[in-house]
Amino acid sequence: MSTSPLKAVIMDEAAINRAITRIAHEILERNSGCENLALVGIVTRGDLIAKRLVEEIEKIEGVRVPLGNLDISFYRDDYETNFAPEVHGTRVPFDVDGKRIVLVDDVLYTGRTIRAALDAVMDMGRPSRIELAVLVDRGHRELPICPDFVGKNVPSSHEENVRVFLKEADGRTSVEIFDIAPGSRAGSAPLGGE
Amino acid sequence: MPFNNHKHLIDIAEYSDAEIMKILETAQLFSEVNQRRIKKVPTLKGKTIVNMFNEPSTRTRSSFELAEKRLSADTLNFGGSSTSTVKGESLIDTVETLNAYKIDMVVVRDKHAGAPRIVSEHTPAVVVDAGDGKHQHPTQALLDLYTIWQRKGAIAGLRVGIVGDIAHSRVCGSLIPALKIMGAEVTVVAPGTLLPARPDVLGVDRVSYSLDDVLPELDVVYMLRIQNERLEGAPFPNLDEYHRLFGLTKQREPLMKPDAIVCHPGPINRGAELDSYMADHPNRSVILDQVYAGICVRMAVLYLLLGGADNGLSA
Repeated sequence: MSTSPLKAVIMDEAAINRAITRIAHEILERNSGCENLALVGIVTRGDLIAKRLVEEIEKIEGVRVPLGNLDISFYRDDYETNFAPEVHGTRVPFDVDGKRIVLVDDVLYTGRTIRAALDAVMDMGRPSRIELAVLVDRGHRELPICPDFVGKNVPSSHEENVRVFLKEADGRTSVEIFDIAPGSRAGSAPLGGE
Repeated sequence: MPFNNHKHLIDIAEYSDAEIMKILETAQLFSEVNQRRIKKVPTLKGKTIVNMFNEPSTRTRSSFELAEKRLSADTLNFGGSSTSTVKGESLIDTVETLNAYKIDMVVVRDKHAGAPRIVSEHTPAVVVDAGDGKHQHPTQALLDLYTIWQRKGAIAGLRVGIVGDIAHSRVCGSLIPALKIMGAEVTVVAPGTLLPARPDVLGVDRVSYSLDDVLPELDVVYMLRIQNERLEGAPFPNLDEYHRLFGLTKQREPLMKPDAIVCHPGPINRGAELDSYMADHPNRSVILDQVYAGICVRMAVLYLLLGGADNGLSA
Protein backbone atom coordinates (compact mmCIF):
# COMPACT_ATOMS: atom_id res chain seq x y z
CA MET A 1 0.00 0.00 0.00
CA SER A 2 1.54 3.25 -1.09
CA THR A 3 1.79 6.06 1.41
CA SER A 4 -0.46 8.93 0.47
CA PRO A 5 -0.21 12.45 1.86
CA LEU A 6 -2.22 13.20 4.99
CA LYS A 7 -4.54 16.19 4.54
CA ALA A 8 -6.26 16.44 7.89
CA VAL A 9 -7.15 14.65 11.08
CA ILE A 10 -10.93 14.82 11.21
CA MET A 11 -11.53 13.13 14.56
CA ASP A 12 -9.13 12.52 17.40
CA GLU A 13 -9.41 9.84 20.05
CA ALA A 14 -11.62 11.89 22.36
CA ALA A 15 -14.01 12.79 19.55
CA ILE A 16 -14.25 9.17 18.46
CA ASN A 17 -14.95 8.02 22.02
CA ARG A 18 -17.68 10.65 22.41
CA ALA A 19 -19.24 9.62 19.09
CA ILE A 20 -19.26 5.96 20.07
CA THR A 21 -20.84 6.76 23.43
CA ARG A 22 -23.50 8.87 21.73
CA ILE A 23 -24.25 6.19 19.15
CA ALA A 24 -24.64 3.64 21.95
CA HIS A 25 -27.26 5.89 23.58
CA GLU A 26 -29.00 6.45 20.25
CA ILE A 27 -29.16 2.72 19.55
CA LEU A 28 -30.76 2.12 22.94
CA GLU A 29 -33.17 5.00 22.49
CA ARG A 30 -34.24 3.88 19.02
CA ASN A 31 -34.72 0.30 20.15
CA SER A 32 -36.22 1.12 23.58
CA GLY A 33 -33.49 -0.78 25.38
CA CYS A 34 -31.53 -3.82 24.38
CA GLU A 35 -34.13 -6.56 24.21
CA ASN A 36 -33.41 -8.74 21.16
CA LEU A 37 -30.64 -6.35 20.19
CA ALA A 38 -27.45 -7.70 18.60
CA LEU A 39 -24.51 -5.98 16.95
CA VAL A 40 -22.69 -7.21 13.87
CA GLY A 41 -19.45 -5.50 12.93
CA ILE A 42 -18.02 -5.64 9.43
CA VAL A 43 -14.34 -6.64 9.37
CA THR A 44 -11.97 -4.95 9.45
CA ARG A 45 -12.53 -2.16 12.03
CA GLY A 46 -16.33 -2.26 11.97
CA ASP A 47 -15.92 -5.29 14.23
CA LEU A 48 -13.73 -3.28 16.60
CA ILE A 49 -16.19 -0.37 16.70
CA ALA A 50 -19.04 -2.84 17.30
CA LYS A 51 -17.11 -4.30 20.23
CA ARG A 52 -16.72 -0.83 21.74
CA LEU A 53 -20.42 -0.16 21.25
CA VAL A 54 -21.25 -3.41 23.04
CA GLU A 55 -19.07 -2.26 25.95
CA GLU A 56 -20.73 1.17 26.03
CA ILE A 57 -24.19 -0.40 25.97
CA GLU A 58 -23.16 -2.64 28.85
CA LYS A 59 -22.07 0.42 30.84
CA ILE A 60 -25.42 2.09 30.27
CA GLU A 61 -27.83 -0.84 30.57
CA GLY A 62 -25.79 -3.45 32.44
CA VAL A 63 -26.51 -5.97 29.67
CA ARG A 64 -23.99 -7.41 27.26
CA VAL A 65 -25.70 -7.73 23.88
CA PRO A 66 -24.57 -10.45 21.44
CA LEU A 67 -21.77 -9.45 19.08
CA GLY A 68 -20.86 -10.94 15.71
CA ASN A 69 -18.21 -10.31 13.07
CA LEU A 70 -19.03 -10.33 9.40
CA ASP A 71 -16.57 -10.75 6.54
CA ILE A 72 -18.29 -9.81 3.28
CA SER A 73 -15.57 -11.10 0.94
CA PHE A 74 -17.81 -13.86 -0.42
CA TYR A 75 -20.59 -11.35 -1.13
CA ARG A 76 -18.61 -8.66 -2.94
CA ASP A 77 -19.84 -7.46 -6.34
CA ASP A 78 -16.31 -6.61 -7.44
CA TYR A 79 -14.26 -9.57 -6.28
CA GLU A 80 -12.68 -10.03 -9.71
CA THR A 81 -11.46 -6.51 -10.34
CA ASN A 82 -11.05 -5.27 -6.81
CA PHE A 83 -9.45 -8.22 -5.11
CA ALA A 84 -10.55 -8.93 -1.60
CA PRO A 85 -8.00 -7.90 0.94
CA GLU A 86 -7.28 -10.71 3.37
CA VAL A 87 -10.39 -12.74 4.14
CA HIS A 88 -10.86 -12.73 7.91
CA GLY A 89 -13.86 -14.93 8.36
CA THR A 90 -17.34 -14.56 9.69
CA ARG A 91 -18.39 -15.39 13.21
CA VAL A 92 -21.95 -14.71 14.23
CA PRO A 93 -22.40 -16.87 17.34
CA PHE A 94 -26.14 -16.31 17.77
CA ASP A 95 -29.36 -16.96 15.90
CA VAL A 96 -30.28 -13.82 13.93
CA ASP A 97 -33.96 -14.81 13.65
CA GLY A 98 -36.16 -12.17 15.27
CA LYS A 99 -33.18 -10.06 16.35
CA ARG A 100 -32.81 -6.33 15.95
CA ILE A 101 -29.46 -6.28 14.23
CA VAL A 102 -27.29 -3.19 14.16
CA LEU A 103 -24.69 -3.45 11.41
CA VAL A 104 -21.55 -1.51 12.28
CA ASP A 105 -18.91 -0.25 9.87
CA ASP A 106 -16.14 2.32 10.09
CA VAL A 107 -16.65 4.39 6.93
CA LEU A 108 -19.79 4.53 4.78
CA TYR A 109 -18.95 5.46 1.19
CA THR A 110 -20.58 3.89 -1.88
CA GLY A 111 -22.85 1.63 0.15
CA ARG A 112 -21.69 -1.50 -1.68
CA THR A 113 -20.16 -3.05 1.41
CA ILE A 114 -23.45 -2.56 3.26
CA ARG A 115 -25.38 -4.08 0.35
CA ALA A 116 -23.15 -7.15 0.60
CA ALA A 117 -23.47 -7.23 4.39
CA LEU A 118 -27.27 -7.10 4.17
CA ASP A 119 -27.23 -10.12 1.86
CA ALA A 120 -24.83 -11.94 4.18
CA VAL A 121 -27.04 -11.32 7.24
CA MET A 122 -30.18 -12.33 5.34
CA ASP A 123 -28.51 -15.61 4.43
CA MET A 124 -28.20 -16.39 8.13
CA GLY A 125 -31.89 -16.03 8.89
CA ARG A 126 -34.62 -13.45 9.29
CA PRO A 127 -33.85 -10.58 11.65
CA SER A 128 -36.86 -8.51 12.72
CA ARG A 129 -34.99 -5.40 11.57
CA ILE A 130 -31.55 -4.27 10.51
CA GLU A 131 -30.12 -0.85 11.32
CA LEU A 132 -26.82 0.69 10.30
CA ALA A 133 -24.28 2.49 12.47
CA VAL A 134 -21.14 4.05 11.00
CA LEU A 135 -18.39 6.12 12.54
CA VAL A 136 -17.98 8.25 9.40
CA ASP A 137 -20.35 8.93 6.52
CA ARG A 138 -18.33 10.40 3.69
CA GLY A 139 -21.12 10.54 1.11
CA HIS A 140 -21.01 9.45 -2.57
CA ARG A 141 -23.57 6.68 -2.22
CA GLU A 142 -24.05 4.48 -5.28
CA LEU A 143 -26.97 2.57 -3.77
CA PRO A 144 -30.09 3.63 -1.84
CA ILE A 145 -28.56 3.04 1.58
CA CYS A 146 -28.89 5.43 4.50
CA PRO A 147 -27.31 5.05 7.94
CA ASP A 148 -29.40 5.16 11.12
CA PHE A 149 -26.54 6.24 13.38
CA VAL A 150 -23.59 8.39 12.27
CA GLY A 151 -20.54 9.45 14.27
CA LYS A 152 -19.63 12.26 11.90
CA ASN A 153 -20.56 13.39 8.42
CA VAL A 154 -17.44 14.12 6.42
CA PRO A 155 -17.86 15.70 3.00
CA SER A 156 -15.15 14.27 0.79
CA SER A 157 -14.17 13.94 -2.83
CA HIS A 158 -13.43 10.79 -4.82
CA GLU A 159 -9.78 11.87 -4.89
CA GLU A 160 -9.63 11.55 -1.14
CA ASN A 161 -9.51 8.56 1.14
CA VAL A 162 -11.06 8.63 4.61
CA ARG A 163 -9.54 6.16 7.02
CA VAL A 164 -10.35 5.14 10.55
CA PHE A 165 -7.46 4.07 12.75
CA LEU A 166 -8.14 2.25 16.00
CA LYS A 167 -5.69 1.65 18.80
CA GLU A 168 -6.43 -2.10 18.88
CA ALA A 169 -5.39 -2.55 15.27
CA ASP A 170 -3.28 0.46 14.37
CA GLY A 171 -1.68 1.74 17.55
CA ARG A 172 -3.53 5.08 17.34
CA THR A 173 -7.13 6.19 17.29
CA SER A 174 -8.14 8.81 14.74
CA VAL A 175 -10.06 9.51 11.57
CA GLU A 176 -7.83 10.93 8.87
CA ILE A 177 -8.31 12.16 5.35
CA PHE A 178 -5.72 11.52 2.65
CA ASP A 179 -5.20 12.39 -0.97
CA ILE A 180 -5.27 9.23 -3.01
CA ALA A 181 -1.86 8.55 -4.45
CA PRO A 182 -2.03 8.11 -8.23
CA GLY A 183 -2.71 4.47 -9.05
CA SER A 184 -3.99 3.42 -5.64
CA ARG A 185 -7.61 3.01 -4.70
CA ALA A 186 -9.88 4.18 -1.96
CA GLY A 187 -10.76 1.72 0.72
CA SER A 188 -9.90 0.36 4.11
CA ALA A 189 -6.36 0.58 5.28
CA PRO A 190 -4.61 -2.69 5.99
CA LEU A 191 -4.65 -3.74 9.63
CA GLY A 192 -1.60 -2.48 11.44
CA GLY A 193 -1.69 0.90 9.69
CA GLU A 194 0.62 2.00 6.95
CA MET B 1 -6.79 -12.23 -11.00
CA PRO B 2 -5.68 -15.81 -10.73
CA PHE B 3 -4.35 -17.09 -7.46
CA ASN B 4 -0.69 -15.99 -7.40
CA ASN B 5 -0.45 -16.55 -11.14
CA HIS B 6 -1.67 -20.13 -10.83
CA LYS B 7 -4.27 -20.51 -13.50
CA HIS B 8 -4.97 -24.20 -12.98
CA LEU B 9 -4.76 -26.88 -10.32
CA ILE B 10 -3.26 -29.82 -12.15
CA ASP B 11 -0.01 -30.62 -10.38
CA ILE B 12 0.10 -30.03 -6.64
CA ALA B 13 3.88 -29.82 -6.81
CA GLU B 14 3.54 -26.46 -8.59
CA TYR B 15 2.21 -24.93 -5.37
CA SER B 16 4.37 -23.66 -2.52
CA ASP B 17 3.82 -24.39 1.16
CA ALA B 18 2.50 -20.84 1.67
CA GLU B 19 0.07 -21.23 -1.22
CA ILE B 20 -1.18 -24.58 0.04
CA MET B 21 -1.60 -23.06 3.50
CA LYS B 22 -3.58 -20.21 1.93
CA ILE B 23 -5.93 -22.78 0.35
CA LEU B 24 -6.36 -24.55 3.70
CA GLU B 25 -7.03 -21.26 5.53
CA THR B 26 -9.58 -20.27 2.89
CA ALA B 27 -11.19 -23.70 3.27
CA GLN B 28 -11.59 -22.98 6.97
CA LEU B 29 -13.56 -19.84 6.11
CA PHE B 30 -15.82 -21.89 3.87
CA SER B 31 -16.29 -24.37 6.69
CA GLU B 32 -18.15 -21.60 8.51
CA VAL B 33 -20.44 -21.25 5.46
CA ASN B 34 -21.02 -25.01 5.43
CA GLN B 35 -22.25 -24.92 9.01
CA ARG B 36 -24.85 -22.23 8.37
CA ARG B 37 -28.49 -22.96 7.94
CA ILE B 38 -28.30 -21.46 4.45
CA LYS B 39 -25.16 -23.09 3.08
CA LYS B 40 -24.72 -20.85 0.10
CA VAL B 41 -22.89 -17.65 -0.77
CA PRO B 42 -23.25 -15.70 -4.03
CA THR B 43 -19.52 -15.50 -4.74
CA LEU B 44 -19.42 -17.28 -8.12
CA LYS B 45 -22.80 -16.13 -9.39
CA GLY B 46 -22.74 -16.15 -13.19
CA LYS B 47 -19.71 -18.44 -13.49
CA THR B 48 -20.17 -21.64 -15.46
CA ILE B 49 -18.32 -24.73 -14.33
CA VAL B 50 -18.34 -27.97 -16.28
CA ASN B 51 -17.64 -31.22 -14.48
CA MET B 52 -16.15 -33.36 -17.23
CA PHE B 53 -15.98 -36.80 -15.70
CA ASN B 54 -14.84 -39.32 -18.29
CA GLU B 55 -14.59 -42.05 -15.69
CA PRO B 56 -17.12 -43.24 -13.12
CA SER B 57 -17.04 -41.16 -9.95
CA THR B 58 -19.71 -40.50 -7.40
CA ARG B 59 -17.97 -39.01 -4.42
CA THR B 60 -15.54 -36.63 -6.06
CA ARG B 61 -18.15 -35.43 -8.53
CA SER B 62 -20.75 -34.94 -5.81
CA SER B 63 -18.26 -33.06 -3.67
CA PHE B 64 -17.29 -30.75 -6.53
CA GLU B 65 -20.91 -30.26 -7.45
CA LEU B 66 -21.89 -29.29 -3.92
CA ALA B 67 -18.91 -26.95 -3.66
CA GLU B 68 -19.90 -25.29 -6.94
CA LYS B 69 -23.53 -24.95 -5.93
CA ARG B 70 -22.72 -23.55 -2.51
CA LEU B 71 -20.72 -20.84 -4.30
CA SER B 72 -23.70 -20.15 -6.62
CA ALA B 73 -21.90 -21.18 -9.82
CA ASP B 74 -23.89 -22.69 -12.69
CA THR B 75 -22.79 -26.27 -13.08
CA LEU B 76 -23.02 -28.78 -15.86
CA ASN B 77 -22.14 -32.43 -15.61
CA PHE B 78 -20.66 -33.60 -18.85
CA GLY B 79 -19.49 -37.13 -19.36
CA GLY B 80 -20.17 -40.51 -17.87
CA SER B 81 -21.29 -43.42 -19.98
CA SER B 82 -22.88 -41.03 -22.46
CA THR B 83 -19.54 -39.35 -23.01
CA SER B 84 -18.71 -38.30 -26.51
CA THR B 85 -15.39 -40.12 -26.48
CA VAL B 86 -17.44 -43.31 -26.59
CA LYS B 87 -18.85 -42.02 -29.87
CA GLY B 88 -15.35 -41.49 -31.17
CA GLU B 89 -14.86 -37.80 -30.47
CA SER B 90 -11.36 -36.88 -29.40
CA LEU B 91 -10.70 -35.22 -26.06
CA ILE B 92 -9.62 -32.06 -27.83
CA ASP B 93 -12.78 -31.88 -29.92
CA THR B 94 -14.82 -32.29 -26.74
CA VAL B 95 -12.90 -29.42 -25.15
CA GLU B 96 -13.49 -27.24 -28.20
CA THR B 97 -17.21 -27.92 -27.80
CA LEU B 98 -17.07 -26.88 -24.18
CA ASN B 99 -15.19 -23.73 -25.17
CA ALA B 100 -18.08 -22.83 -27.46
CA TYR B 101 -20.32 -22.94 -24.37
CA LYS B 102 -18.21 -20.06 -22.95
CA ILE B 103 -17.37 -21.79 -19.70
CA ASP B 104 -15.18 -20.43 -16.91
CA MET B 105 -13.84 -23.65 -15.42
CA VAL B 106 -13.67 -27.32 -16.27
CA VAL B 107 -13.16 -29.97 -13.63
CA VAL B 108 -11.56 -32.97 -15.32
CA ARG B 109 -11.66 -36.61 -14.24
CA ASP B 110 -10.16 -38.98 -16.79
CA LYS B 111 -8.80 -42.49 -16.83
CA HIS B 112 -5.79 -41.26 -18.78
CA ALA B 113 -2.94 -39.66 -16.90
CA GLY B 114 -2.20 -36.20 -18.29
CA ALA B 115 -5.68 -35.54 -19.68
CA PRO B 116 -6.20 -32.39 -17.55
CA ARG B 117 -2.95 -30.92 -18.88
CA ILE B 118 -4.03 -31.56 -22.47
CA VAL B 119 -7.39 -29.96 -21.72
CA SER B 120 -5.63 -26.89 -20.28
CA GLU B 121 -3.68 -26.49 -23.51
CA HIS B 122 -6.89 -26.25 -25.52
CA THR B 123 -9.16 -24.06 -23.43
CA PRO B 124 -9.13 -20.55 -22.03
CA ALA B 125 -11.02 -21.90 -19.01
CA VAL B 126 -9.47 -22.74 -15.66
CA VAL B 127 -8.75 -26.47 -15.32
CA VAL B 128 -8.95 -28.41 -12.07
CA ASP B 129 -7.72 -32.00 -12.02
CA ALA B 130 -10.25 -34.25 -10.29
CA GLY B 131 -8.14 -37.37 -10.74
CA ASP B 132 -6.31 -38.52 -13.85
CA GLY B 133 -5.39 -42.16 -14.29
CA LYS B 134 -2.78 -43.28 -11.79
CA HIS B 135 -1.22 -39.83 -11.84
CA GLN B 136 -2.66 -37.13 -9.55
CA HIS B 137 -5.69 -36.16 -7.52
CA PRO B 138 -4.72 -32.78 -6.09
CA THR B 139 -7.98 -31.81 -4.34
CA GLN B 140 -7.90 -35.16 -2.52
CA ALA B 141 -4.42 -34.32 -1.21
CA LEU B 142 -5.63 -30.88 -0.15
CA LEU B 143 -8.59 -32.28 1.76
CA ASP B 144 -6.28 -34.78 3.43
CA LEU B 145 -3.92 -31.99 4.46
CA TYR B 146 -6.87 -29.94 5.74
CA THR B 147 -8.14 -32.83 7.84
CA ILE B 148 -4.70 -33.54 9.28
CA TRP B 149 -4.11 -29.83 9.95
CA GLN B 150 -7.47 -29.44 11.71
CA ARG B 151 -6.82 -32.47 13.86
CA LYS B 152 -3.12 -32.06 14.58
CA GLY B 153 -2.75 -28.27 14.45
CA ALA B 154 0.23 -28.49 12.11
CA ILE B 155 1.57 -30.63 9.31
CA ALA B 156 5.31 -30.00 9.40
CA GLY B 157 7.20 -32.60 11.37
CA LEU B 158 4.37 -35.14 11.45
CA ARG B 159 5.18 -38.74 10.61
CA VAL B 160 2.72 -39.94 8.03
CA GLY B 161 2.50 -43.54 6.84
CA ILE B 162 0.71 -44.36 3.62
CA VAL B 163 -0.28 -48.00 3.50
CA GLY B 164 -1.46 -50.13 0.61
CA ASP B 165 -1.63 -49.96 -3.12
CA ILE B 166 1.01 -47.30 -3.70
CA ALA B 167 1.71 -48.32 -7.29
CA HIS B 168 -1.82 -47.79 -8.61
CA SER B 169 -2.73 -44.79 -6.49
CA ARG B 170 -3.27 -41.32 -7.89
CA VAL B 171 -4.09 -40.25 -4.36
CA CYS B 172 -0.45 -40.98 -3.56
CA GLY B 173 0.64 -39.11 -6.67
CA SER B 174 -0.58 -35.87 -5.12
CA LEU B 175 -0.50 -36.68 -1.42
CA ILE B 176 3.19 -37.58 -1.21
CA PRO B 177 4.45 -34.36 -2.84
CA ALA B 178 1.89 -32.30 -0.89
CA LEU B 179 3.01 -33.77 2.43
CA LYS B 180 6.65 -33.21 1.52
CA ILE B 181 5.99 -29.57 0.54
CA MET B 182 4.34 -29.06 3.93
CA GLY B 183 7.29 -30.58 5.76
CA ALA B 184 5.91 -33.94 6.89
CA GLU B 185 7.96 -37.13 7.02
CA VAL B 186 6.45 -39.73 4.73
CA THR B 187 6.77 -43.52 4.86
CA VAL B 188 5.08 -45.83 2.41
CA VAL B 189 4.16 -49.33 3.52
CA ALA B 190 3.20 -52.03 1.05
CA PRO B 191 4.09 -55.45 -0.26
CA GLY B 192 6.74 -55.13 -2.96
CA THR B 193 4.17 -56.05 -5.58
CA LEU B 194 2.12 -52.93 -4.79
CA LEU B 195 5.08 -50.56 -4.96
CA PRO B 196 6.42 -49.05 -8.15
CA ALA B 197 9.42 -50.84 -9.64
CA ARG B 198 11.56 -47.92 -8.48
CA PRO B 199 10.14 -46.80 -5.11
CA ASP B 200 12.84 -44.12 -4.91
CA VAL B 201 10.96 -42.06 -7.53
CA LEU B 202 8.14 -41.57 -5.02
CA GLY B 203 10.22 -39.03 -3.11
CA VAL B 204 9.35 -40.49 0.27
CA ASP B 205 11.59 -40.65 3.33
CA ARG B 206 11.24 -44.37 3.83
CA VAL B 207 9.84 -47.49 2.22
CA SER B 208 8.75 -50.34 4.47
CA TYR B 209 7.36 -53.80 3.82
CA SER B 210 6.05 -54.23 7.36
CA LEU B 211 3.17 -52.32 8.90
CA ASP B 212 4.01 -53.60 12.38
CA ASP B 213 7.52 -52.13 12.11
CA VAL B 214 6.44 -48.58 11.37
CA LEU B 215 3.05 -48.32 13.08
CA PRO B 216 4.45 -47.32 16.53
CA GLU B 217 6.07 -44.17 15.08
CA LEU B 218 3.23 -42.82 12.98
CA ASP B 219 1.12 -39.75 13.80
CA VAL B 220 -1.10 -40.30 10.78
CA VAL B 221 -1.92 -43.68 9.26
CA TYR B 222 -3.25 -43.22 5.77
CA MET B 223 -4.86 -46.41 4.48
CA LEU B 224 -5.36 -46.74 0.74
CA ARG B 225 -8.19 -48.70 -0.77
CA ILE B 226 -7.40 -52.03 -2.34
CA GLN B 227 -8.61 -51.20 -5.82
CA ASN B 228 -9.89 -54.48 -7.16
CA GLU B 229 -10.55 -52.82 -10.50
CA ARG B 230 -6.91 -51.81 -10.89
CA LEU B 231 -5.20 -55.00 -9.77
CA GLU B 232 -3.58 -57.02 -12.49
CA GLY B 233 -1.28 -59.98 -12.08
CA ALA B 234 -2.38 -60.99 -8.56
CA PRO B 235 -0.07 -58.88 -6.36
CA PHE B 236 -1.05 -60.85 -3.27
CA PRO B 237 -2.46 -64.37 -2.84
CA ASN B 238 -5.80 -63.38 -1.38
CA LEU B 239 -7.55 -60.59 0.54
CA ASP B 240 -7.37 -62.48 3.85
CA GLU B 241 -3.62 -62.59 3.68
CA TYR B 242 -3.45 -58.89 2.74
CA HIS B 243 -5.76 -58.04 5.61
CA ARG B 244 -3.64 -60.07 8.02
CA LEU B 245 -0.33 -58.45 6.96
CA PHE B 246 -1.30 -54.93 5.90
CA GLY B 247 -4.79 -54.34 7.30
CA LEU B 248 -5.28 -51.84 10.12
CA THR B 249 -7.12 -53.89 12.70
CA LYS B 250 -8.23 -53.92 16.30
CA GLN B 251 -5.35 -56.33 17.00
CA ARG B 252 -2.83 -53.80 15.70
CA GLU B 253 -4.27 -50.79 17.50
CA PRO B 254 -2.12 -51.23 20.64
CA LEU B 255 0.94 -50.61 18.44
CA MET B 256 -0.32 -47.14 17.53
CA LYS B 257 0.54 -43.87 19.25
CA PRO B 258 -2.28 -42.84 21.58
CA ASP B 259 -3.08 -39.82 19.41
CA ALA B 260 -2.45 -41.34 15.99
CA ILE B 261 -5.28 -40.81 13.50
CA VAL B 262 -6.56 -42.95 10.64
CA CYS B 263 -7.29 -41.48 7.20
CA HIS B 264 -8.79 -43.14 4.15
CA PRO B 265 -9.79 -41.58 0.81
CA GLY B 266 -12.94 -43.74 0.54
CA PRO B 267 -14.78 -45.76 -0.34
CA ILE B 268 -13.55 -48.19 2.29
CA ASN B 269 -13.38 -51.92 1.84
CA ARG B 270 -14.23 -53.21 5.30
CA GLY B 271 -12.28 -56.36 5.99
CA ALA B 272 -9.58 -55.54 3.43
CA GLU B 273 -7.43 -52.52 4.35
CA LEU B 274 -9.41 -51.70 7.50
CA ASP B 275 -11.59 -53.62 9.90
CA SER B 276 -14.81 -52.04 11.12
CA TYR B 277 -13.32 -51.37 14.54
CA MET B 278 -10.69 -49.06 13.08
CA ALA B 279 -12.91 -47.61 10.35
CA ASP B 280 -15.45 -46.50 12.96
CA HIS B 281 -12.99 -45.70 15.75
CA PRO B 282 -14.45 -42.64 17.52
CA ASN B 283 -11.11 -41.01 18.36
CA ARG B 284 -8.87 -42.17 15.56
CA SER B 285 -10.92 -42.42 12.38
CA VAL B 286 -11.19 -39.08 10.53
CA ILE B 287 -12.65 -40.63 7.38
CA LEU B 288 -15.90 -38.66 7.54
CA ASP B 289 -14.00 -35.48 8.45
CA GLN B 290 -12.16 -36.00 5.16
CA VAL B 291 -15.46 -36.13 3.27
CA TYR B 292 -16.55 -32.87 4.90
CA ALA B 293 -13.15 -31.29 4.27
CA GLY B 294 -13.53 -32.14 0.60
CA ILE B 295 -16.37 -29.65 0.18
CA CYS B 296 -14.58 -26.88 2.09
CA VAL B 297 -11.30 -27.36 0.22
CA ARG B 298 -12.97 -27.51 -3.19
CA MET B 299 -14.89 -24.31 -2.43
CA ALA B 300 -11.55 -22.70 -1.54
CA VAL B 301 -9.91 -23.88 -4.77
CA LEU B 302 -12.79 -22.66 -6.93
CA TYR B 303 -12.87 -19.34 -5.10
CA LEU B 304 -9.14 -18.70 -5.36
CA LEU B 305 -8.75 -19.85 -8.97
CA LEU B 306 -11.85 -18.12 -10.29
CA GLY B 307 -10.58 -14.76 -9.21
CA GLY B 308 -11.52 -14.66 -5.57
CA ALA B 309 -8.31 -13.28 -4.29
CA ASP B 310 -4.83 -12.40 -5.14
CA ASN B 311 -4.59 -11.81 -1.47
CA GLY B 312 -2.19 -12.33 1.34
CA LEU B 313 0.80 -13.90 -0.27
CA SER B 314 1.73 -11.25 -2.77
CA ALA B 315 0.67 -8.32 -0.57
